[in-house]
Amino acid sequence: MEVVFLTFILMLSIFLGFELITKVPATLHTPLMSGANAISGITVVGAISLAGNGQHDMANWLGAAAVAFASINVVGGYLVTDRMLAMFKKRGS
Amino acid sequence: MESTQLTIQLAYVAAAALFIYGLKLLGSADSARKGNLLSSVGMLLAIVAALLDQGIVEYQWILLGFVVGGAIGAAAARLVQMTAMPEMVALFNGFGGMASLLVGAAALSGSSNTFTLVTIVLSILIGGLTFTGSLVAWGKLSETLGSGAVMFRGQQIVNSLIVLAILFSAVMFCLQPENSIWLYAVIALSLLFGVMAVIPIGGADMPVVISLLNSYSGLAACAAGFAVNNNILIVAGSLVGASGIILTQIMCKAMNRSLSNVLFSGFGSVSSEETVIEGEIKPISVEDAYYILEAATNVAIIPGYGMAVAQAQHVVKELTQLLEKKGAEVNFGIHPVAGRMPGHMNVLLAEADVPYDQLLEMDDINPRMETVDVAIVIGANDVVNPAAREVESSPIYGMPVINVDQARTVFVLKRSMASGFAGIENPLFYKENTRMLFGDAKESISGLIRELSN
Repeated sequence: MEVVFLTFILMLSIFLGFELITKVPATLHTPLMSGANAISGITVVGAISLAGNGQHDMANWLGAAAVAFASINVVGGYLVTDRMLAMFKKRGS
Repeated sequence: MESTQLTIQLAYVAAAALFIYGLKLLGSADSARKGNLLSSVGMLLAIVAALLDQGIVEYQWILLGFVVGGAIGAAAARLVQMTAMPEMVALFNGFGGMASLLVGAAALSGSSNTFTLVTIVLSILIGGLTFTGSLVAWGKLSETLGSGAVMFRGQQIVNSLIVLAILFSAVMFCLQPENSIWLYAVIALSLLFGVMAVIPIGGADMPVVISLLNSYSGLAACAAGFAVNNNILIVAGSLVGASGIILTQIMCKAMNRSLSNVLFSGFGSVSSEETVIEGEIKPISVEDAYYILEAATNVAIIPGYGMAVAQAQHVVKELTQLLEKKGAEVNFGIHPVAGRMPGHMNVLLAEADVPYDQLLEMDDINPRMETVDVAIVIGANDVVNPAAREVESSPIYGMPVINVDQARTVFVLKRSMASGFAGIENPLFYKENTRMLFGDAKESISGLIRELSN
């Protein structure tokens, strides 16, 4: 049942993603991509429990490396997106 | 479900809601910054929730990972130049892929049911090819590697063999998960495949490649979510996956090419049929250009990758201000594939303080083109090529372009007569109303500014 449940979530989020992203204007496509970089760093959540399993085995080290890679995305992605979006201004403002 | 588990799962639900609402706010430039902030709050929530997991017995390695990754990410975000955003996004796509590959490989210990094994293979495979593919894309964008398409005889056959080998190793891995040779084979082959998939794609097609790899980095996170049974990874991963796919579609449509055409056939392999272009090239000096520009009341500026290379966005802004002070109306026409990634020009001009409502999309500026006195093309080539409308034998025939040739006068700022990335002749340069302003774009514009401010 778990499999069906996860697949169900997958299906719904893909449809939702399409609906949301088609509404993003072309002028914001670069921040959209760097923001997507940040969100794809969500892998950090899966890596945390592996990095902290205390086993000092292969899975442990791979998990720790994954935390590092994903953190680059999370921190770098959100910061650079914010830096870009701060520059977008309307005429006369 | 015991209470800690319940708390963690509820936090994930809240995080997903924040991601979704954050993306919704990205639908308008006014609310986008707030959307990004909400999304980052969602991420923080998800990370804190993950830290509550009772399977965690020690925190030092997690912390080390955070500190190292966070420091690199923060430094990169602060230091990167806006002209180098495509490179940065390409690298981050790769890191996302690598993280998923590592999580997939780590999830192997302690799981043996076939479905989990299949998702582990998928997260390694997609993650691996995203990683090396992105590194190659980064190399091409930063010119560390040549930006041209690398083609050789038998390339398709070699690639097909790699795909077959990947399929074989993947199946063997699922059948014999205890034999780690198959794991290593899948990792090595997916890394190799990423390289092979991106090397035949030229620099001008990079907007498509980055968008696609962006999508893959999300799908890899999705697969990793299945592998470790975590639904927040699936939700966030598929949002990113959908985003990348939509951008890929937009880019392909703007080039009038199918995705498979971009991925599998180098643009260089153009039929060598010579098209005779009538007319002659008419160079113009900065001074003469100034006289025409001074009389103009309606000016359109069409930037391309050359503006980024010349770092000319700030002088362009200055020119715009001077023209506006003289009472002219100035608009920018932005082609979807101008630059090396979706929205590249918009970010550069935003950096130079050009308001975003002055940037018109192709479909908005084209109907006004006949009323434009002077269209200034800065470092753009294929996206303003009238051959896309007029020359049926042209490789870009049918591609939607900005119709600058319909303006009264066109200035083309260009270094030399070398053709663009795609190597396609541009009849625009030979038109009656076109004047070529040769030289570095930044210097030419600075020259115009000097004349105008006198």
